[in-house]
Amino acid sequence: MFNRDRWREILEVLTSNVGRTILTAFGVCWGIFILIVLLAAGKGFENGIRADFGDIATNTMFMWTRRTTKPYEGLPKDRSFEFKVSDVQAIWDNVPNLRFVSPRNQLGGFRGGGNVIRGIRVGAYNVYGDYPEIINQDPMTVTSGRFINHNDIREKRKVAVIGQGVKSELYEKGEEVLGSYIKIQGVNFMVIGTYKKKNNDGDGEEAQKEIYVPFTSFAQAFNRGEDVGWMAITAHDGSSISRLKEDIIRVMKERHKVHPEDNRAVGHFDLYEQFNRVESLFVGLKAIAYLVGIMVLLSGIIGVSNIMLIVVKERTKEIGIRRALGEQPWSIKKQILMESIFLTIISGMAGIIFGSLVIYGINSLLDSVGPVDMFINPSVSVGVVSGALVILMVSGLLAGFIPANSAIKVRPIEALRTD
Amino acid sequence: MIEIKDLHKSYRMGSNSLHVLKGINFKAESGELVAIMGSSGSGKSTLLNILGMLDVADSGEYTLDNVPIKDLSETKAAQYRNKFLGFIFQSFNLINYKSALENVALPLYYQKVGRKERQEKAMSYLEKVGLKEWATHLPSELSGGQKQRVAIARAMAAEPKVLLADEPTGALDSTTSYEVMDLIQKINDEGNTILVVTHEEDIAHMCKRIVHLKDGVIVEDKKIEQVRAQQYV
Repeated sequence: MFNRDRWREILEVLTSNVGRTILTAFGVCWGIFILIVLLAAGKGFENGIRADFGDIATNTMFMWTRRTTKPYEGLPKDRSFEFKVSDVQAIWDNVPNLRFVSPRNQLGGFRGGGNVIRGIRVGAYNVYGDYPEIINQDPMTVTSGRFINHNDIREKRKVAVIGQGVKSELYEKGEEVLGSYIKIQGVNFMVIGTYKKKNNDGDGEEAQKEIYVPFTSFAQAFNRGEDVGWMAITAHDGSSISRLKEDIIRVMKERHKVHPEDNRAVGHFDLYEQFNRVESLFVGLKAIAYLVGIMVLLSGIIGVSNIMLIVVKERTKEIGIRRALGEQPWSIKKQILMESIFLTIISGMAGIIFGSLVIYGINSLLDSVGPVDMFINPSVSVGVVSGALVILMVSGLLAGFIPANSAIKVRPIEALRTD
Repeated sequence: MIEIKDLHKSYRMGSNSLHVLKGINFKAESGELVAIMGSSGSGKSTLLNILGMLDVADSGEYTLDNVPIKDLSETKAAQYRNKFLGFIFQSFNLINYKSALENVALPLYYQKVGRKERQEKAMSYLEKVGLKEWATHLPSELSGGQKQRVAIARAMAAEPKVLLADEPTGALDSTTSYEVMDLIQKINDEGNTILVVTHEEDIAHMCKRIVHLKDGVIVEDKKIEQVRAQQYV
């Protein structure tokens, strides 16, 4: 393989007709260029959409209670029920592969009245009673102080973490926030931290106007007892929440004496399912990129194959001489194959480099004109590039296959005929 | 060295077949210099091709240096050609993008001789044919006689048992022809077995034995007094 004479010969053959070699190489170069650019564009689009989803753990479902629609075990229909704190443990015990189960209580909500007072200022905010794990499911950056922790939960401390939006409405500019008190529905909570959520469009404003307090203190302060308003459940990355949610809901139905076929009693929203729909769009995009790219590449490959056939034809006599001198058929075949693979890979590399430069150009253009909607950082990964190289290697092999076979099909005696 | 018995060969040309060799019996000892003569169509080139394992006979036996030659795979045939035979062609058949030295070294490359040894050996053969100074030249920069001498050096390089020359002087003027024949005679003097196909009488008489072929059979096989080419050079 790494034989100096062989390589010299490959170079001799390919440089003997430079113009033709370059034109042939251009076909493959163009194909791989299209493939790379299409994949990068798809990736840019994907990045854009993903940014819109924000950092929310996508393998997550939300679950709440509604009224039952079927009588069961002597209980009437239209009965309302609540999740209990003990349900959390039951879910942990009965359903495997879960990462977080966060019970949650909530005050306020969409267009709620003013419920938070500080001095003479009043605001209407969503107030959540949460466990510390929620920060993993609905990621936010703590900009000052700290987030709630398990000591807060255990000791039912009346502490609160407020959003930037809350801070700017309830506080003067430059005023010290940490250690101050806000009154939530008449109960004083000490502010221990502020947070900022990554701006995803639409409800970006709203997301900054939330207040997080420990679940236990919330329950005590606002008389929720053991009740749980809703739950946010995240599964481990390996297993989809869409599949686990059936089990979770079944456990809930059993515990709350709900008819197993009552599909309305437990409300839920499956973020993963939504995300999956978009995900399959990405897959489709990628498939199209590969399809188009490989089709274009294919025409380049056919070009290479064609030229190799011509080269073999031109060298029929030479091949005959070599065989008369005792070169093994396999060696000739290898020579042709290596020429073909070498040509394909070199031109493919040129295509990859050219494509990367174009992507680099687009990126710096995007940087200079500012963010474009739904299109961020088009790029190709090392994996894609090495994948492209494998494709090139295989296609070079395929392109050389027919010419190589035709090279050794000619019998030396026919090749040597002087006429 | 070479022994063939009852060799037949026919070519299929569309619906009718052409019987080219009709039972050839021939024997050549080691160190012989044999001219194979005959008009065109007499089957002399076909015979040489079969002897050179470039073509296969339909029937008959062929033994080369006590090795029976039959049912060869392409790979095996290539091996035997490399080991047993050296070819000299009418049209020289040098590889035109390789220098004289590389051309001579080619059979050694196929024998997987190391690079350095290969070059040394090829150089010594080039020296033998008097073209040491031309080693780095491409065939296009050489005259016809020089090309044929390079081809002879190449045929010798693998140290074959038999040299097969197919009209070696066919494309050369008479002076150059004699030079080439002089070289062939000298190689023969060193004990190499050489078969020369030719239709030129004077060339044939520079060999030690003439075999006449006509319509696919040997009509005459005689030993002759060798004419040295030296005197014409």
